[in-house]
Amino acid sequence: MTEYVILSAILFTIGAVGVLVRRNALVVFMCVELMLNACNLAFVAFARQHGNLDGQVAAFFVMVVAAAEVVVGLAIIMTIFRARRSASVDDASLLRY
Amino acid sequence: MTAFWVLAPVMVAAALGLLFVRKAVHAALLLATVMMSLAVLYLVLEAPFLFAVQIIVYTGAILMLFLFVLMLIGAESRLSLVETIKGQRVLAVLGGLVLGSLLVIAIGQVTLASPVGLEAANSGGNVEGLADVLFSTYVFAFEATAALLITAALGAMVLAHPERLTPKESQQEMAARRVREYAEHGRHLGPLPAPGVYARHNSVATPALAPDGSVIEASINRTLVPPRPADEPDLPELAADEDEEGPQ
Amino acid sequence: MTPLLAAAEIPVVAPVAADGVLAWAWLLVALPLAGSVILLVGGRFTDSFGHWLGTATAAASFVLGVTIFVALLGRPADDRSISQHLWTWFDVGDFQVSMELLVDPLSLLFVLLITGVGSLIHLYSVGYMAHDPRRRRFFGYLNLFVAAMLMLVLAGDYVGLFLGWEGVGLASYLLIGFWQHKPSAAAAAKKAFVMNRVGDMGLSLAIMTMFVAFGTTAYAGVSEAASGASEATLTAIGILLLVGACGKSAQVPLQGWLLDAMEGPTPVSALIHAATMVTAGVYLIVRSNFIYELAPTAQTVVVVVAVVTLLWGAIIGCAKDDIKKALAGSTMSQIGYMMLAAGLGVAGYAFAIFHLITHGFFKANMFLGAGSVMHAMDDDVDMRHYGGLRKLLPVTFLTFAFGYLAIIGFPGFSGFWSKDLIIEVAFGHSTLVGLAALLGAGITAFYMTRLMLMTFFTDRRWEPDVHPHESPKVMTIPLIVLAALSLLGGVLVIGGWIGDFLEPVVGHAPHPELPVPAIVLTLIITAVVAVGVALAWLLVGRQEVPRTAPQDVSFATRAARADLYGDAINDTLVVRPGAALTRGLVGFDSGVVDGAIEGGARGIGGLSGALRMLQTGYVRSYALSILVGVIVVVLALLVVNWA
Repeated sequence: MTEYVILSAILFTIGAVGVLVRRNALVVFMCVELMLNACNLAFVAFARQHGNLDGQVAAFFVMVVAAAEVVVGLAIIMTIFRARRSASVDDASLLRY
Repeated sequence: MTAFWVLAPVMVAAALGLLFVRKAVHAALLLATVMMSLAVLYLVLEAPFLFAVQIIVYTGAILMLFLFVLMLIGAESRLSLVETIKGQRVLAVLGGLVLGSLLVIAIGQVTLASPVGLEAANSGGNVEGLADVLFSTYVFAFEATAALLITAALGAMVLAHPERLTPKESQQEMAARRVREYAEHGRHLGPLPAPGVYARHNSVATPALAPDGSVIEASINRTLVPPRPADEPDLPELAADEDEEGPQ
Repeated sequence: MTPLLAAAEIPVVAPVAADGVLAWAWLLVALPLAGSVILLVGGRFTDSFGHWLGTATAAASFVLGVTIFVALLGRPADDRSISQHLWTWFDVGDFQVSMELLVDPLSLLFVLLITGVGSLIHLYSVGYMAHDPRRRRFFGYLNLFVAAMLMLVLAGDYVGLFLGWEGVGLASYLLIGFWQHKPSAAAAAKKAFVMNRVGDMGLSLAIMTMFVAFGTTAYAGVSEAASGASEATLTAIGILLLVGACGKSAQVPLQGWLLDAMEGPTPVSALIHAATMVTAGVYLIVRSNFIYELAPTAQTVVVVVAVVTLLWGAIIGCAKDDIKKALAGSTMSQIGYMMLAAGLGVAGYAFAIFHLITHGFFKANMFLGAGSVMHAMDDDVDMRHYGGLRKLLPVTFLTFAFGYLAIIGFPGFSGFWSKDLIIEVAFGHSTLVGLAALLGAGITAFYMTRLMLMTFFTDRRWEPDVHPHESPKVMTIPLIVLAALSLLGGVLVIGGWIGDFLEPVVGHAPHPELPVPAIVLTLIITAVVAVGVALAWLLVGRQEVPRTAPQDVSFATRAARADLYGDAINDTLVVRPGAALTRGLVGFDSGVVDGAIEGGARGIGGLSGALRMLQTGYVRSYALSILVGVIVVVLALLVVNWA
């Protein structure tokens, strides 16, 4: 089972780095999805390790939350894009010193 | 195990690709690859229900939503990979390496017993087993997700709905304005020109050409013109293509 | 004199409750106070009758005072201390101050002087201020003064006395600065107010010391407890009271304000700065006899201050050309006599009060006379512009002459009796003090003769467009009354009446032993006075008086013209060091205190400015810091697990 968890960790890390280096809001969002999916993999792997379904239920909930998050997040990106004609997260930097 | 060792490199490669591709559409496709591979791994890990959900909900719905938005805000544009924040990329890669190696080393230290497996839990069927757990232990969390989803849907509607700041222009006013504009600036009174019909790509996104072969920018909807990244000119090859082809 | 022996002789203030007409004593204060309130609150509506109302309330107080005086005379001598409890003023724990009036021979003499002379001066002011548009306000202030002064002398408690004390200070301030459009008057008022505050500080400290030492501030309680207190405490209280008295009575070193106070209208100078308020210090010391008798050191200090002031004022009086300032110097000097008598203890208290009363008559008379002269001379106060006025102002001249004869101590006039007694007692105390007092009498004769000659005799020196004329009746009648009192004031001492009358309050002492028989001393005093008059005649009367003051004069004259450099001394010792200290403190405040505070604020501001740069607004930067946080948490977990 360890290899599943290690794969999950690697995917998670790649997603994290993606969030940090990509500037397009949509791609950043995809990287966040990648991190969520990596977590799901660990959940499902541990469910099998322990022999009960709680892990799978957790993964299920993560998906629900991810769906809600994507809906709202994409709406926000749309709104920002309408106002600024840009999808770069760096352009939305008015809230600063 | 075969499936894992086949899919794991694919997934890592696809995930890494996510960091480098210059087009958002490619990124979405790479993410789809990762997600489909994950679905297969769920099957291997005795989670057939999640396998279905991952494909239908995640890949099918969420990712398609991504693509939909992507098209709205400019699928054609290339994404700049130039880093604007000083030291951000170096620090991000460094941090990622540290975190990744920490996690891998830590997990590598752990020796797990051989897995229990889900034959017992799935004995009455995986979906039935999940339903048992979901509607007993996690019933309140499940109800809460209902509220969450409703709220999210409402929020998305509110956010996506553009606010009208000025009163809507009536037809009479619009007619008056257009005549006035014509009188003052000589702006064309009639409707905008239709998009080009001799297009190779996409008739709606391709501008019409004037009889002399020049591009009529006004013939395409403004939202279909991809935004110009600062370091790239807008539609260079598109305009060139059209020039080459021209009306025969 | 040891304190223990003295204790037996000092009367304790033990008043009995008021009854009969004495229960109306509160009206003495209330009438002028009501007049003042009506005049000041009523505003323009009282313009038409305000001056008569003010005069009427003062006169009513006087009539009531006389009634009470008669009632008091009808009681046995040891039963003449009456107190009227009005209400409890404050009541804090064990400390209680009641609003209480004390009517006894001492306070009643003051009441008669204040209301009597005050009424005359009110009457005089009706004429003197006739053309002033703010006459009604002037009478409001005068009534306020009379009320406060009566409060001062009638209070049965040091706190009540302090109330009156501050009240007269306020009235004095308002009246000196009455012509506030003149910058000199405004400055003089401010100067008087500030210098009086220095004295008031002493008085309030004395009252606080009494509260700490005795737990009470009532005369009755303090006089009873004083004999049991340590001499150091009593000396401290005595000296602090003297500081208060110095401020109010213009004694050295707080004398500077009195000369400038002559900026006020002349009736004010007569009432407040000659007859009544400035004698409050003498009243305070005589009233506090139960303290001074037990504190010989404090008494010595009083004597020293008195002698210095006596000569100081007399010397200033010699050099002033301003008629009111010459009289003000004389006032200082005469109050010095009173303080001297008060400082000499039981032997002198009664004579201090006696001289105070006679001085109240003749000095008020002379000030009002001076006001009449100024009235005639278009408000010119420079005596060098007078001369030969005796024919043109006959009434003023005659009444002024009565005051003059009284102050120099011409035999038979009131001042003769009172000053003679003080000099006698001074000789009985010590020859040195006696000689100083004698010298003062000579100088007094000199400067008063000089004033008299320059004003009413010698050549006419006034401007051609000045037409001197006699004042109206409303002004000359008070002059005539006061002149009569100047002549007859001496009757109070016939048979030692005033001493016997005051004995229940101040005690009795045997007549002092003198180095020469009393009659010889009287002759010597008269001779010294005659020498002073003769000198003045030779130096002023026989020569032509220049219209402008000559500048090539001796150092002594220059010093006397400059008030013996009293202002310069204050300037050097207090004002300039004070200003330097203030500048230093301002520098310290802006440099060190503000520097520390502003520097700290600036440092923190700078730090915040630097930290602010972390808020780049880039969400990816924030995400990076989150990643660092995650790494730290994971590391911590690993460390904890493997430790």
